[in-house]
Amino acid sequence: MQDSRQLRRNANMNYLRRYWTLYLLLALPVAFIIIFRYFPMAYILSAFKVNNILKAPWELPWAKNHGFEWFIKAFQNRDFLFALRNTVTLNLLDLLLGFPAPILLALLLNELTFKRFKRVTQTIVYLPHFLSWIIISGLALRLLAFNDGLVNIVLQRIGLDPIPFLNSPGHWVGSYVFLGIWKEAGWNTIIYLAAITSINPELYEAAAVDGANRLRRIWHVTLPGLRPTIIVLLIMSLGRILGSEFDRPFALSNRLVTSVSNVISIFVYEYGIKGMQFSLSNAVGLFQSVIGLFFLIGANSLAKRYGERGIW
Amino acid sequence: MIKSRSAKFNDYLIAALCLLLIFIALLPILNVLARSLSSSDALIRNEVLLWPKGWNLDAYKTVLQDSKYTWSLGWTAILTVICTVLSMTITILCAYPLIYDQLKGRKIINGFIVLTMYFSAGTIPNYLLLKSLNMLDKPIVLIVPNMLSIFNMIILRSFFYGIPESLRESAEIDGAGPIRTLIRIYLPLSASVLATLSLFYAVGRWNGFSDALMYMSKNRKYYPIQLLLYQILQNTTQIEVATQEGFFPPGISETLKMATVMFATVPIVLVYPWLQRYFISGVTIGAIKG
Repeated sequence: MQDSRQLRRNANMNYLRRYWTLYLLLALPVAFIIIFRYFPMAYILSAFKVNNILKAPWELPWAKNHGFEWFIKAFQNRDFLFALRNTVTLNLLDLLLGFPAPILLALLLNELTFKRFKRVTQTIVYLPHFLSWIIISGLALRLLAFNDGLVNIVLQRIGLDPIPFLNSPGHWVGSYVFLGIWKEAGWNTIIYLAAITSINPELYEAAAVDGANRLRRIWHVTLPGLRPTIIVLLIMSLGRILGSEFDRPFALSNRLVTSVSNVISIFVYEYGIKGMQFSLSNAVGLFQSVIGLFFLIGANSLAKRYGERGIW
Repeated sequence: MIKSRSAKFNDYLIAALCLLLIFIALLPILNVLARSLSSSDALIRNEVLLWPKGWNLDAYKTVLQDSKYTWSLGWTAILTVICTVLSMTITILCAYPLIYDQLKGRKIINGFIVLTMYFSAGTIPNYLLLKSLNMLDKPIVLIVPNMLSIFNMIILRSFFYGIPESLRESAEIDGAGPIRTLIRIYLPLSASVLATLSLFYAVGRWNGFSDALMYMSKNRKYYPIQLLLYQILQNTTQIEVATQEGFFPPGISETLKMATVMFATVPIVLVYPWLQRYFISGVTIGAIKG
């Protein structure tokens, strides 16, 4: 009895002597995570406390209505309701139009037989991914300007009316979705192209022997091969349906289109950081992340139920 | 396999479609490039589409002579280097120990770290924390709070997993500790993924905007290039503010704006194609293990 305890202690000592450096290496990242990822969670409390810009939330009294004052206020706030609607609308449009774009593009690139040209095409369609939304807004403001943008100059030269791409709410939504596709469709093909290379080439040969033409091969071999990838990525997009980017709507927006461009992240910035209404905007942010988390968990279990690999 | 005439025709049709896509991808950039190199008169007459008219480099010269602008470009470049080095260090420190089966409590530590990818406190709590740490409006706020990306850490960890464990074991038999194994074996074998992640971090910092807007708004001197660019691109009132504060001589012209956009774009365009081979594998690992 005494011996085995002694042995175990020795084993532990050996273990520590050998691997203590691993804990040393982890110290910095773990400290970082605790300070900059977990400490902020304490400040979530301010969503349930009275608004005060000087004191820490744990020093403050609870807000009215059992602490849920700010959630009630948020849902009475027109700006927030608009922001919620805009967030969901823009994300749904992105999902509907932006999600299939890289799949189609990957199928097209995969059919391209000239190797050199394929490489050049890939390099160029990856480029927009590396540009910031600020740069893209600069490019778009020019290209799509109402009076003297390239697109409208060309439209006028062929005898059409100019289109207010960024200055009327309806057109702005279209431009927003299109620019999103322009930026990320090329980049997102990488995953699909990698998945295509792992499809068994014998399947294509068998299809060719059966007399399948190019479109049939895409439909019966390539697309089924992409199915698991498509589903995993679709889950991730569904999980983000209530999430909102900040840079993209913020950079592309202007005061003529705020009715459609103000999303939750912009609401939080305007009310919270600029307007110092920490409690209200914090309640909104918390609402967004909690619902977002539920969406993600729901989408993941849905995928698993249909026999696909989830994301965790 | 001999291709039929119609299959060959289809090949060319697909190539033509791809040419069209290349054109769409480059169109906005070519347009702005052409405008930045044109004379103001040609711009006013709406003559410039994709090729400059009244060719000149005046706009670029003006930008380069403007000390606030060159300072911001230089500062952002320095910031990008600092952030990339620090981020890579902490990412390696985080990913490497987590591949050891022998590490006690590995699952708990791992879950503790990865959880923050799915649930974060949010904009306001982060802001309040930085405020209480007294970091707002100081340059350090652009460096530290986003130093570690869990997503990048997972990519690196997956890559480390792919390195045969036998290499590690033989190093241990030779008496090498974990740190020596990391430096002598793991890092040299991971050059490609390290290059990829460095690119991700560097591009993220170079393009970073919202943290500067939210945490640095009062410290104009240390504005990174994207925030300065945003202000320049915004409506006339803000341009007037910038002009009054000496960002540009009065009467900021269209070509100047275009030249500033090009300055922020060019560094990225020069760097990323060389790393293409690497980042494709990086993205693929990330997708498998995301």
